[in-house]
Amino acid sequence: MITIIDYKAGNLTSVKLAFESIGQKVKITDNAKEILQAEKIVFPGVGAAKAAMDNLKSLNLIEPIRKVIADGVPFLGICIGMQVLFEKSEEDGRTECLGILPGSVKKFKTSDKMCKIPQIGWNTVKITKQHPIFDGIEDESEFYFVHSFYPACSDKNNIIGQTEYAGSVFASAAGHKFLAAVQFHPERSGRIGLKLLENFSNWDGD
Amino acid sequence: MLTKRIIPCLDVRNRKVTKGVKFQNNVELGDPVEMAVAYSDGGCDELVFYDITASAEERPIDIEMVRQVAKAVHIPFAVGGGIKNIEDMREVLLAGAEKVSVNSLTVQNPNIIAEGAKLFGSQCIVLGMDPVKVEKSGKFPSGYEITIQGFRTRTGLDALEWAKRAEGLGAGEIVVNSVDADGTQAGFEINLTRMISENVGIPVVASGGGGTEQHLIDVFTEGKADAAIIASMIHTGKFTIKQIKDTLTAAGIPIRRKW
Repeated sequence: MITIIDYKAGNLTSVKLAFESIGQKVKITDNAKEILQAEKIVFPGVGAAKAAMDNLKSLNLIEPIRKVIADGVPFLGICIGMQVLFEKSEEDGRTECLGILPGSVKKFKTSDKMCKIPQIGWNTVKITKQHPIFDGIEDESEFYFVHSFYPACSDKNNIIGQTEYAGSVFASAAGHKFLAAVQFHPERSGRIGLKLLENFSNWDGD
Repeated sequence: MLTKRIIPCLDVRNRKVTKGVKFQNNVELGDPVEMAVAYSDGGCDELVFYDITASAEERPIDIEMVRQVAKAVHIPFAVGGGIKNIEDMREVLLAGAEKVSVNSLTVQNPNIIAEGAKLFGSQCIVLGMDPVKVEKSGKFPSGYEITIQGFRTRTGLDALEWAKRAEGLGAGEIVVNSVDADGTQAGFEINLTRMISENVGIPVVASGGGGTEQHLIDVFTEGKADAAIIASMIHTGKFTIKQIKDTLTAAGIPIRRKW
């Protein structure tokens, strides 16, 4: 059973349908008790980091999320769900985030006006460290991205995949103990994205 | 490297994909869900569905079709045609579409772009525009006027001014569908696409006129498009997406190669 945290940060339909298509049972919840009992957690999200953090606070989900991560429940952050795991984000001036991964979230900056922001589309992920979520996925496969801000991971040991855009090479995938996080959208990344979600579904955290 | 997107367009009428020239003489091509799966498996990067008769028939968009597509394919897809308000947008997105494409509606009510972007995020809101070539003038400095309602109605809006305004309101992408090139397979309207792409900061999707692989190469290089919509050239079976991608790759265009 995959538990998807619903903290009102975007549409969860595609994440739910993607897991269902690989035969997983899915529960969508904003209930702390259900999150604390989950076997595997997916933490998705689109939109702004500040709105995401505000929602997590008002739903009283920050402590439950810290607890399941500390307890070693396999956890997958996607997009904004990856960004808020870092210490802070430049979005909306400065937004304090969960601080589970060392580093911050920065805005793409470029003087090349043909380089559009947000980045929308399929970009390459260079696998920098083998991780169970990448099992059977070829290096430099493309995944679907939609974002204006990117994670700057200050502990290099946590970087498992990198992507280049707007002159920055950033951590498009991170892993630390039982936690994995991706900036791209595996649920929108076709067969290769589904393979990553399947790998996560089969991952016991080792 | 971010790759250029190839986006098949499926014009749907009564749950069948059709193709016409300049919205006329439509012929049925097949089932939208089956075609979506075939193109997704074939390597397309995204899909767009237009419910082409929803507006004219004053009926809601075929939401059941959107649900079935969302179950069957796991790449981004946009849905347009027949979206009248925020509730319609919400319904389409909750059914599993990544984006909604709005066109005529936004000319009548530009604020719907801002409202949609605020509620669902800019990345969900695609502005579709149908510019037609006109004499350059004080009223139309870009030399293109926006048309709506399937090219039938002129709006008096200059295409470039409208594109910039839509960006300011929060549109996440702009589909530039050339009225003059639509359905001709004679090539995208390069100058129009480049002019819009160079003057907005959001991705521009070229549409209308794609007939050969060279047309795609031209629109991605000279036309500076971030993505291109194609229809006839693949619906007729003349090209496969794989063939197109092989040719574009050989021409040095960054293209998604693994799927």
